Amino acid sequence: MAEIVTMPKLGFDMAEGTLVRWVILEGEEVKKGAVLAEIETDKATVEVEASTSGTLLRHLVEQGSVVPVNTPIAIIGQPGEEISGLSGQELPAESQPTPQPAQEPSVATPVATSAPEIQEGTLPAGVRATPLARRLAQESGIDIRNVPGSGPLGRIRKEDVEAYLAGQARKPAEEVTIPTQAILPESLALPPFTPGEEKRIPLTKLRAIIGKRMAQSTQTAPHFFVTHEVDVEGLLNIRQEVNQLLTDGEKISVNDFIVRATALALRLFPNLNASIDEEKGEIVQHGAINIGIAVALESGLITVVCKNADQKSVRTIAQEVRTLVNRAREGKVRPEDIEGSTFSISNLGMFDVAQFSAIINPPEAAILAVGSARQQPVVKDNTLQVGWRMNLTLSVDHRISDGAEAAQFLQQLARYLENPLQLLI
Amino acid sequence: MARITYREAISKALWEEMERDPSVFILGEEVGVWGGTYAVTKGFYDHFGPKRVMDTPIAEATIVGAAIGAALTGLRPVAELMTINFAFAAMDHIVNQAAKLRYMFGGQFTLPLVIRTVSGGGRQLGATHSQTPDAIFAHFPGLKVVAPGTPEDAKGLLKAAIRSNDPIFFIEHATLYLMRGEVPDEDYTIPIGKSKVQRPGRDVTIVTYSKMLEVSLKAADQLSKEGIEAEIVDLRTLRPLDMEPVLQSFRKTNRAVIVEEGWRSYGVGAEVAARIYEEAFDYVDAPIQRIAQKETPLPYNRSLEQMALPQVEDVVRAVKEVL
Repeated sequence: MAEIVTMPKLGFDMAEGTLVRWVILEGEEVKKGAVLAEIETDKATVEVEASTSGTLLRHLVEQGSVVPVNTPIAIIGQPGEEISGLSGQELPAESQPTPQPAQEPSVATPVATSAPEIQEGTLPAGVRATPLARRLAQESGIDIRNVPGSGPLGRIRKEDVEAYLAGQARKPAEEVTIPTQAILPESLALPPFTPGEEKRIPLTKLRAIIGKRMAQSTQTAPHFFVTHEVDVEGLLNIRQEVNQLLTDGEKISVNDFIVRATALALRLFPNLNASIDEEKGEIVQHGAINIGIAVALESGLITVVCKNADQKSVRTIAQEVRTLVNRAREGKVRPEDIEGSTFSISNLGMFDVAQFSAIINPPEAAILAVGSARQQPVVKDNTLQVGWRMNLTLSVDHRISDGAEAAQFLQQLARYLENPLQLLI
Repeated sequence: MARITYREAISKALWEEMERDPSVFILGEEVGVWGGTYAVTKGFYDHFGPKRVMDTPIAEATIVGAAIGAALTGLRPVAELMTINFAFAAMDHIVNQAAKLRYMFGGQFTLPLVIRTVSGGGRQLGATHSQTPDAIFAHFPGLKVVAPGTPEDAKGLLKAAIRSNDPIFFIEHATLYLMRGEVPDEDYTIPIGKSKVQRPGRDVTIVTYSKMLEVSLKAADQLSKEGIEAEIVDLRTLRPLDMEPVLQSFRKTNRAVIVEEGWRSYGVGAEVAARIYEEAFDYVDAPIQRIAQKETPLPYNRSLEQMALPQVEDVVRAVKEVL
């Protein structure tokens, strides 16, 4: 008996998805669990798996089409099986597709037809790099995506990888947290001036959704901000010591420590690990502590989620976050990677940022903005010394919490970060 | 070591091989009494006589066909085609007979045949007399294609070609005959199918052959003044193609410019670039550049002709682009 595959609902608020690419073609055999197609939702590109084994008899939608949730997209059965009665359209959808959002998706790029230009997303690992640069990066155990490219079109070349490695060797302590693709060229010379022309770039789906959610957040959640300066000298030292015991692929970032410390602090401040339910007039304190980590992509920003972070070791957190971030960068996020966060962290430490304030990721109660670890003159034992400091800024929804609670939370967080051994036991 | 011209080097190679081996003989248009259109065989007729230096009708198919027959019966003919443009008139004999006989007769015959011919533009001879279709001949398995770029290589390779038992298509260049270079005095041969580094360098690999070697060397001198050291690999033989020196050089420099005089589409540069991508992919640090003749029949007008042919500045520019 032939089986109909429908457009899956891959997220709570998913109404439709763009079928970006058919992986299994008509007439090809498919095993249960194999990837049938790639689908782009509001948030990410995800893979649709076959629910049964057999032969893919027919595609019911074309590549590039925008398909409402639960709409039949393919038929799997035995070769030669009669499927004329199963065109899909006649089938009652299991549940009514959610009405389409008012705003039309702008990025339904048909892949099957000849694409006029190469898209960045189709580059291996999402970056333009020479094969030699890729190999050197792999051999050196660094992520090619972190290397700024100086070649034509920003292509990463051998000398860029070498320069990056040299820079890394010079200042290991300053390399902080989640790698983000640096885009600033190293050259001192200003690029030649070319008079600008107005350009109109259609919003990508991700860009549009970020805009919508952030506007919603600032309009509905009254934000206030509290900044706390943390002494991170001990943390940087212990991180260096720990990393000497680990291979390149397992190294722990400062951000991983912050994730753990934040999760532990949230245990003591459940009111900041919360959401507001305005309809019922209730504050919902969440049972689990799931930390969302903002990841900068070329196409925008997404938040990957480290679940139950308070119950995980720093090393486990590091490993998980690395996997999540890599999947995000490759555009292969799974729905569970980006769902269920109860508190978010945004870290711009790698960009030499003194401090900044982040917009709360709704419906959460707060978000932590992490600046760079910087060497500074500090007063210690009544003398002026050189120390390492980092600014943490908490943005809080005033409907849920107040300044005193936010300040005490930061004090607790600082206690953990300033006594980093606590984070390791 | 004597400093002699490319023409003298080829002439000496022929002379020495004819003295050494009585089965070697020459045939072609005006090679005898006149001494050759490019004066390579001047004096041969008087010395070796009409049986070993044969003037033929203006009939290229006949020249190659007769030479193939002679080679099958054990002689060592050196057939001269006045220019490579006329080889098209003998194409069936070259690709359907010469290139395949040994294979199709299961090795019962050898074919010790050399076809000497002249390629290249730049002398205002018009579109039909100025082509550089070397790659076409290198397309056929069974034929060896040699195209030297220096007097030393021309002499050593021609002597090796005459002594070889396989059909060899030996391409000289119309504008190289007056080029001078050191040539060893003693009897020597240079193995067919071996590329050679003609200029060591560290920054970029230039792969070239024949006339374009001269152009590339000039470009390298110019680049050297700016601190860019190009390594030049001279293919010398187009089939069998010896990629090893090219790959060795490329693994060092990670970037290459291929310079050929023929057209770019389906050309020598295409083949060499593809092989680099196949065999040294992980060493590629910039897209490989190809410099070749503009895709048009070669103009007669001198300025246009020069614009269509690859020039030193083209090579310099391409090198800077890959750096």
